[in-house]
Amino acid sequence: MPYQKDFLLKAYRSMKTIREFEERCVKEFEGGNIPGFVHVSNGQEAIAVAACIDLSDKDIIGSTHRGHGHCIAKGCDIGAMMKEIMGRVTGLCKGKGGSMHIADIDKGMLGANAIVGGGPPLVNGAALAAKTLGTKNIALSFNGDGSANQGTVMEAMNMAVVLQLPHVFVYENNGYAEGTAANYGLGCDSLTDRNAGFGMPAECIDGLDFFVTYEALKVATQRARDGGGPSAIEAMCVRFDGHFIGDPQLYRGTNEIKDARKTQDCLKIFRQRVVAEGWLTAATMNAIDKEIMVEIEKAVADALTAPHPDPATDLMSDVYCSY
Amino acid sequence: MTNYSNDPKIAGKSSLKTIREAINDALRAEMRRDPTVIVLGEEVSGGAGCPGEDDAYGGVFGVTKGLMPEFGRERVIDTPISEAAIIGAAAGAANNGLRPVAELMFFDFIGVSFDQIFNQTAKFRYMFGGKSKTPLVIRATVGGGWRAGAQHSSMLHSIVTHIAGLKVVMPSNAYDAKGLMVQAIRDDDPIIFLEHKTMYDNTCEVPDEQYAIPFGEAAFPRHGTDVTIVAISNMVTRAIEAADILAKEGISCEVIDPRTVSPLDDEAILESVEVTGRLVVVDEGNPRCGLASDIAGIVAEKGFHSLIAPIRTVTAPHTPVPFAPELEDAYIPSVEKILAAVREVIGG
Repeated sequence: MPYQKDFLLKAYRSMKTIREFEERCVKEFEGGNIPGFVHVSNGQEAIAVAACIDLSDKDIIGSTHRGHGHCIAKGCDIGAMMKEIMGRVTGLCKGKGGSMHIADIDKGMLGANAIVGGGPPLVNGAALAAKTLGTKNIALSFNGDGSANQGTVMEAMNMAVVLQLPHVFVYENNGYAEGTAANYGLGCDSLTDRNAGFGMPAECIDGLDFFVTYEALKVATQRARDGGGPSAIEAMCVRFDGHFIGDPQLYRGTNEIKDARKTQDCLKIFRQRVVAEGWLTAATMNAIDKEIMVEIEKAVADALTAPHPDPATDLMSDVYCSY
Repeated sequence: MTNYSNDPKIAGKSSLKTIREAINDALRAEMRRDPTVIVLGEEVSGGAGCPGEDDAYGGVFGVTKGLMPEFGRERVIDTPISEAAIIGAAAGAANNGLRPVAELMFFDFIGVSFDQIFNQTAKFRYMFGGKSKTPLVIRATVGGGWRAGAQHSSMLHSIVTHIAGLKVVMPSNAYDAKGLMVQAIRDDDPIIFLEHKTMYDNTCEVPDEQYAIPFGEAAFPRHGTDVTIVAISNMVTRAIEAADILAKEGISCEVIDPRTVSPLDDEAILESVEVTGRLVVVDEGNPRCGLASDIAGIVAEKGFHSLIAPIRTVTAPHTPVPFAPELEDAYIPSVEKILAAVREVIGG
């Protein structure tokens, strides 16, 4: 067996937790329990987990507005995440950030980011710190097919090559930049060719296949750790929900999502593979499913009864370290 | 929901319209009148290259909905997510014969495109000795109230007001929004047109015909003699609410809506303070180097002898915009805070 059983169990648990967390976020948003804008990542779980599963808390990731999955994959506590998304004072960011600004510095999660392309230059900074301090830690940025067209991202890619930074650029290409087709916004035929043009190893992989994604990321992260500089991985995937919860998604094809949930579900693909290979049994995974449902239920119940911030003490705090 | 308009001057056929519809009206009629007017930005139509419906969004708040089906993708241009390139293209096109209306979606995104706005667009005319003109409108949504968090809720109007070469427009109602958008498109200078995202569904009577409201002319949604309240954007609605409550207590408030903060109708404010002797400025922006302190400064300098009480400003606190509803509600200036400020200057 090419993978340890513990590794496979961890990968499955993490992917399934993301799936159930996101599906529950949709329900709670629709039930009026989550304020604001929420962008869920169900359908894209394999990439988040494949990218983060081998990283330590000292390795840094930068995320996007669609960041819940990256947080969970990096080890953030789902209870504190749900509280944050519901705006509670015991949330990961004391209710000040919310879904689009969720961060957990202790876990090496530099934050979701509501500015498209806002993350990669900062992740270069984390990589620069690691290189300068000689920590052997690496940094990894999640990007979308949309942020690929931001100048900030292209500048970060070029600088990562110039400074030979330990930065892995992961592109989750789900086919849609908000409500615009990825291949409309990308002027070139291949994002990976463009990425290679910056002078870094670049490849395009099937992001629905956890194992393919993991193997590609393993090579790229090892290269970064060994001082070999940045890499770019474009992982093709499917977004099961709208750009945001409540997006009518008029721009998507008839039955597109229904079909994708049937035939392009990275969790189903994972389960089929591990069962067919005899690595894990369906019963084992079903048991994990049940545990996860209990955890999600508890996260939501705890969040719904968690205290709200108090404007008298919480509004003006945390602006500066001292002033 | 408010149902008012400030000083509507045009009679004739009108109908109840939202701010969203009023701006859409202005854009559509100007695009019909002038083929050089184009609209560009992220999902100003939506669905570009997608398998489903075209015009899927019409802008994230639906303001430009229906323009693409009428004018085509050549004039209603969905762009990649590339804010610097959007503003640069719009400014360059404005210098070369078009009248672009570029959309920044959320004004927080000026961060990504700021060089193109303040170093390029704003300075062209002056640097080139008056030889160029840049008839560009940059539309963007501002403000909190949507629980959208720190990076989608900022005001930031004071930052662009600070920059010479830009005009900054902040309508508070549908009537003004239409007339100011028409003026913005016809104006030969770069305009920052800021729409408060909580106000799109506010309605008032809006004339069907096109009309332009000149820049630098304040409106007076309430006339009064005891206190002058200057309020910006959605704060006008709250200032009116406060004025109406105070009127019942016998306190007469004059509410001034500058409508454009650059140019600013400081004469209107100074003349009002001459009568009332008291000034309260209400602005959702941060307090430091902000529009409220700017207006207070102008009155302190030019209207000092009219004042019979210290000037009061009511602004957001000096923090980013918080996410949690309780915090955000405490962040945005409330009617209660305006009432307290007015009572304080009255000496109650």
